[in-house]
Formats: sequence, C-alpha cells, structure tokens
Amino acid sequence: MATDKHNLIVYCEFEDGKVADVSLELLTKGRQLADKLGIKLEAIVAGDNLKDVEKQVMPYGVDTLYKVEDKRLSPYTSLPHSSILINLFKEKEPRIAFMGATSIGRDLGPRVSSALHSGLTADCTQLEIGDHKDARTGQEYKDLLLQIRPAFGGNIVATIVNPECRPQMATVREGVMKKEIYNPDHKGEIVELKADDYTKPEDYVVEVIERNVEKSKVNLKGSPIVVAGGYGMGSKENFDMLYELADVLGAEVGASRAAVDAGWADHDRQIGQTGVTVRPKLYIACGISGQIQHIAGMQESSIIISINNDPDAPINTIADYVITGNVEDVVPKLIKYYKKNTK
Amino acid sequence: MSLNIIVLAKQVPDTRNVGKDAMKEDGTINRAALPAIFNPEDLNALEQALKLKEMYPGSKVTVLTMGPARAAEIIREGMYRGADGGIVLSDRAFAGADTLATSYALSAAVRKIGDYDLIIGGRQAIDGDTAQVGPQIAEKLGLPQVTYAEDIIDVKDGKATIKRRIESGVETVKAPLPLVVTVNGSAAPCRPRNARNIQKYKYATVPSEAATDEKKKALAEKRPYLNIGEWTAAYVDADLQQCGLAGSPTKVKQIENVVFSAKDARRVENNDAEIETLIKELIANHTIG
Repeated sequence: MATDKHNLIVYCEFEDGKVADVSLELLTKGRQLADKLGIKLEAIVAGDNLKDVEKQVMPYGVDTLYKVEDKRLSPYTSLPHSSILINLFKEKEPRIAFMGATSIGRDLGPRVSSALHSGLTADCTQLEIGDHKDARTGQEYKDLLLQIRPAFGGNIVATIVNPECRPQMATVREGVMKKEIYNPDHKGEIVELKADDYTKPEDYVVEVIERNVEKSKVNLKGSPIVVAGGYGMGSKENFDMLYELADVLGAEVGASRAAVDAGWADHDRQIGQTGVTVRPKLYIACGISGQIQHIAGMQESSIIISINNDPDAPINTIADYVITGNVEDVVPKLIKYYKKNTK
Repeated sequence: MSLNIIVLAKQVPDTRNVGKDAMKEDGTINRAALPAIFNPEDLNALEQALKLKEMYPGSKVTVLTMGPARAAEIIREGMYRGADGGIVLSDRAFAGADTLATSYALSAAVRKIGDYDLIIGGRQAIDGDTAQVGPQIAEKLGLPQVTYAEDIIDVKDGKATIKRRIESGVETVKAPLPLVVTVNGSAAPCRPRNARNIQKYKYATVPSEAATDEKKKALAEKRPYLNIGEWTAAYVDADLQQCGLAGSPTKVKQIENVVFSAKDARRVENNDAEIETLIKELIANHTIG
C-alpha cells in the first residue's frame, strides 16, 4: 500500500495562471513510472494565485498535490523555492523527483540536490526503471531510476543511476516527454502548505526588479515542417539560403549545435538535447552529420530528408530520403520544383 | 569600493570539434585526440569579472580551476586576458567526481581563499552540459545565486544588479553579496589576450611544472606574481569521503555508442528529375503544399 512517503514527486512550474507544459509532460512520465513501482504520483506547486491549479494537474493522474501559495513566491527566485523543496523532501523522503530542464529547474534542482546530497542528472532524454549491479562491490539494486542522457557533446549516451541517495532526481527539457491526460476525472488529495513553515525570512533577499517578456519569434515546436542546417552548410551565407526554402515551404528554420556555435543561427533555433525537441511532419536536415545530441531532438519526425555530401553521415541511417550532394546545389532545386508543382 | 572576485573555470575537451578518432573502439572517449580549451561560457564569466575590475579599481580577479596540473594553462590564459592570478585544485582524490563532489571540492577551495565578494562561473561546461556546479557551490557556501546571467550591471551598497536571460525574456534582479553568479553564452565575449600581460605572465607556473624547469623555477622564486597556486585536498581541508568517486551519489551504469534502428532510406540522386519526383510525391501525400 502506497504511503505519503517514498513516492514520485514532480515540481510543477507555474506562471501567469498556467502550469508549464514541461511539468505536465513530467507528470505523464511520472504517472507511468509510479504505476510501474506501485507508488503515488505527487506534485508540488509554489507561487501566487494557485486557485485553479488542481484542475490543471489532476487529470494527469496526481494522487497528492502540495500547494504553497504566497505572494513572495512569484516571480520565481532560487532560495525560497529551493527551501520549500529541501524541507518537503526531508519530510516526505520521495524516491524520485523530476523537474523541467528550464532556467527554473536547472537553477533549483542542483541547489536541492546539494542540500540533500542526492544525485541529479540533467537533461535526460529517457527515464526508465531497472536493476543495477555495482561492478566494484557486486551489490545489486532493484528498481532504480535509469537516467539516460547523451553526454560529451552528444558523442555518447550514458545511463546514470543513484544507487544509495534519495530522491533520485532528474531534469528533462520541454518537448522530450509526451503530455497525455491520464484520466479527466482523476481525483487526488490537495495539501495546502504554508510558505513560512518551509522558508526563512532571509530566503527572500533576491529581488526581481524588472521583467521584459520577449516571446520568441521562433516557433520550432509548433511548425509542421522544419528545415534545419548544420556545420556542413559551410558558411553563414549558405545557411541563410535555408530561410528561403523555409519561406516557400511554410517551414521554420532550425539548426544543429555546431551551426549555432559557429554563429550562423541564434540559440533559440537549436534542435537537440540541449535545444528544442521537435516532432514535425517533415524534417529536412541540411549538412547535418547527426550527432546523438541532435538526433535526440528530432528522431520522432514523421518524414526525414537528409541532404549531405557525405553518403555515410550518421543521420542518413534514420532518414527516409537521402540526397547525397552539396546543399547549395540541392536546396535551389527543391525550391524550384516546389514552386513549379504548386502553381 | 574594490571587489574580490573568484572566477570558476574548467579546462574541457573541445567537444564541438569531434573528429572520427575521438572515440576509441570500446566506445570510450579518446581525450588525447581532442584539444583542451578554456570552457567557452567560463570565458564569458571572466569577461564579467574583468569588466567589474575596471569599474571598481583595486578589485582582484582570481581564476580557480579543478583538474590536473596542466589545467594551469587556462589560468595563464586568464592572466593574459587580465586576471591577477589563479589556483589549480589538483588531487587524485578528486578523480571520478560527479557534479556534487566537484562542487564540494571547489567550495572547500573557495573557503580557503576566504575573502570573496563574487564567485562567477560559466553557466555550464561543454563536456557535461549540466549547469549544476554553480548552484551547488552556492548551496554549499550558503550563498544566494543568480544563474543565466547576461550582464552584471553594477555593484552598489552591497548589492549586485544583474540582467538574466531566461526562456520568457529578460529579467533584472538585485542580489546581496557575497553571491554566486553563472553566466550565459549570450553575454559579452571575453576580451582578447593582452600583449603586455603575455610578456608578464608567460612563465607563470604551478609548483609541479616549475619542479621540472630550472628557468621557470628561478623566475617564480624571484617574482611572486608568477606563482599559480596548486592546492591539494588536504590543503583545502576537504573531507575525502565527499570527494571524487566516493563523494558522488550518481554512478555511470553504462556508456554506449548509439546504434540507430536504421530505416530503409530511399536514395534520391542529386539531379533535376529525381528531385522533382520527390517533391511531387511529398505534395501528393500532403506532407508539403
């Protein structure tokens, strides 16, 4: 029988009356893993005006929702939010804790893990339950959280475990996990907590004095077609050719990390483990070799076209269509024949 | 008002330029095949420190890194660009450290330095991309933190005003010193090396380097500013149980090269006829158009 201890808890980001998508995605994954382990799924929301938050999270299968409502908790600052998690985790001893790999989760998670001396794995691309045997001591561990992430610039994939320390903590970027309603009528318990019981007055020393919301002009996640360029584009001028192709196709332009590092595209166009994850109808990879860290962010695209002058580029193995040739030859042809056949 | 600033830096393999020989056959990394560089966002952090040093004369910038003795290379690099000196925290006991054990060791070194107003590091290192060490050091030292910083605008009345770059836009915060700040790659790039600093510091060494080089050893004895600190776990009073592999809650279970489940890709020749056929197909099945 599940108790209020040793459960799986998700820190839900809450701003302008809305729970962040990444948090709902983590609740979906958390529900699956909690069912597998026979434990409860819990959620914690800290902020202001939390009135309707239960309506947003309960359908994802939350068994217990902790609400901490206080004006001082919004906008987010590191210290009070981390104090709440540290003290709540000491009390409830969760087995697993998830948060978004966002500027909030990646600010909060390490601080909490340091205070509790519990391991934290950043930017996971898969989370599973499995057993582990320590190679040195021979000790066996049942039902650990397997935290899988590309590492070393995306050249390898590592599976990380926290055998001894709890909670086992992981962050995941938005869009990596799928968001799915568990049961629209799911009922869970609501527990209201007081901020003063979990934070100290000196936690409120950092003051947000100004906020300028700049909505990104790039909408990679929502675009049905993505034209993405990599280091093989060769230059900024060649990369800019992709905007023309995107324009005729009604697509958004994305980039590999190498292209972003080269300064050919802005950071908000980066696709991959440390960028955005996309699942478009059509993905056209131009001069992208296909490091794991990039593929992690686009492999679920319905149709993948790879244009590369290297016939053995790794990305070709997951492509539906492979065009071997120079991008600067192929792209104008795509534009030309698209225009010709859609008139 | 002058500030004591510690810049946290890491020497990393240049994962952005990974060639075919970067991976050994057994799937582990061939570090020798990769050039070692100053972690890019740590250079953005150094620039913020150097800017503050100009704004507040008399300020001191110390670069702190953990790694083998050859990591002294990035301390010299920092000194060429304007830092006053640095320390390499180096001990076998630190080997195999995850982010938590790393931040423990670094926080012990910061305590040993003792006198600091600001600790500034890059948001994350390119070999791990975790962004955890900065906030964990802040927690271990009991200090507030400001992450994703783009510009440390000023320091007045014991408080720093800092612009942050977050998903939803830009946020400006005011935080009291002492403070840990991690700097985003979108911040100002680091100033280049200065020719006079190169002349002044090119023989700067850690003791283990000087031990095998008579000229450097003699110079370091004559000119104190050429001495880069080389500190051990014992020197910073680190608890060995919290260092290296022993102090790391996370363990690597498995590392693998990924084999993608290969699809049956269709080869399309780079000629007009085949590309037009492809376009027509994609239009016909409503993928485009």
